[in-house]
Amino acid sequence: MKHELPKLPYALEDLAPVISSQTLEFHYGKHHQAYVNNLNNLIVGTKFENADLETIVREADGGIFNNGAQVWNHTFYFSAFSPKPKAAPAGKLAEAIIADFGSFEQFKEAFAKAAATLFGSGWAWLVKDAYGHLEIVQESNAGNPLRTGLTPLLTCDVWEHAYYLDYQNKRPDYIQEFWSIVDWSVVEYRFGK
Amino acid sequence: MAFELPKLPYAFNALEPYIDAGTMEVHHGKHHAGYTNNLNGAIQGSSLEAMPIEAILKDVSKLSPAVRNNGGGFYNHNLFWTVMAPNAGGEPQGEVGKLINKSFGSFSEFKEKFSTAAASRFGSGWAWLVVNDGKLVVGSTPNQDNPLMDISELKGSPILALDVWEHAYYLKYQNRRPEYIGNFFNVINWAQVEKNLNSALG
Ligand SMILES: [Fe+2]
Ligand SMILES: [Fe+2]
Repeated sequence: MKHELPKLPYALEDLAPVISSQTLEFHYGKHHQAYVNNLNNLIVGTKFENADLETIVREADGGIFNNGAQVWNHTFYFSAFSPKPKAAPAGKLAEAIIADFGSFEQFKEAFAKAAATLFGSGWAWLVKDAYGHLEIVQESNAGNPLRTGLTPLLTCDVWEHAYYLDYQNKRPDYIQEFWSIVDWSVVEYRFGK
Repeated sequence: MAFELPKLPYAFNALEPYIDAGTMEVHHGKHHAGYTNNLNGAIQGSSLEAMPIEAILKDVSKLSPAVRNNGGGFYNHNLFWTVMAPNAGGEPQGEVGKLINKSFGSFSEFKEKFSTAAASRFGSGWAWLVVNDGKLVVGSTPNQDNPLMDISELKGSPILALDVWEHAYYLKYQNRRPEYIGNFFNVINWAQVEKNLNSALG
């Protein structure tokens, strides 16, 4: 099947100043688009030609995995943002965060640390395991927690392209600002599924 | 004895228009300085403090990720700054030119191989020209790993290095890594690469 770049649920300038329209223009318009294009080219004539994206993320290797997972990861990353976000989790997700991390603040601290200390390019993830427990994991490059049976709930892209135009080497500043555009209603929905 | 951030051998704007002053300033003053400080922090009070960086990297599999990552970052950038210069580039003469022809067939074949290694490294990393057993080899390493490290698949003495972390080119080239790689060939300091070759061959 032909994979397509999904539409963003906001305009390019809507996340500024946390993420500038210039960053989104490249990150969504060039990087995300290139992963889609590369994936479509690479799957031709392979057993993944008609596979859905999640199957590719779970089962592929090499270039098909790298590009397929990057399509999935970026879609997941971009769709958790809103210019008018729900600022904190409520209900069952809030309860799970308190149960597994102590408090929302302690969760944010642990997640920010995972994002800041991932060396090189990659992603920090909030995930749910098979028993409904929450965990924070780091994945390098195109890594995706679906591969280890975990359910992704929230991710932060810490490839330098995600923040370099706006923050340069100051990755911790980007992570700190990241919280102000995360829409917790999206994360609650993912948790409840 | 702590490792020191080396001074750049030219001004921040010396590699314009191929590498811009803004990039050089953050790259040297923040990223390279960060690796240097973190390396010093990671080896403080240990016997590694008395060792040359090459000796530390050689047995890096026995050391902490902090030494591997920051020691690599320190060494790799040291080499990177010196293999670039203003008014440089072109085709190498001398021994390195001869050995490139012998190892790759021609300069353009070498250039293509090196550019492919740099462009196809997924994520962060480095492209290398190394001497191994008297022959030249092209390859790449992830993150701040390098061919001196025992954990590296690519082995040899580095004589030319290209940083393909996004921080090396993003302010000027954004997603256009291949354009950055092409322009790197306008600033390669082949005189320094020749010196590196001679010391690698002993
Ligand atoms: Fe990204
Ligand atoms: Fe660098």
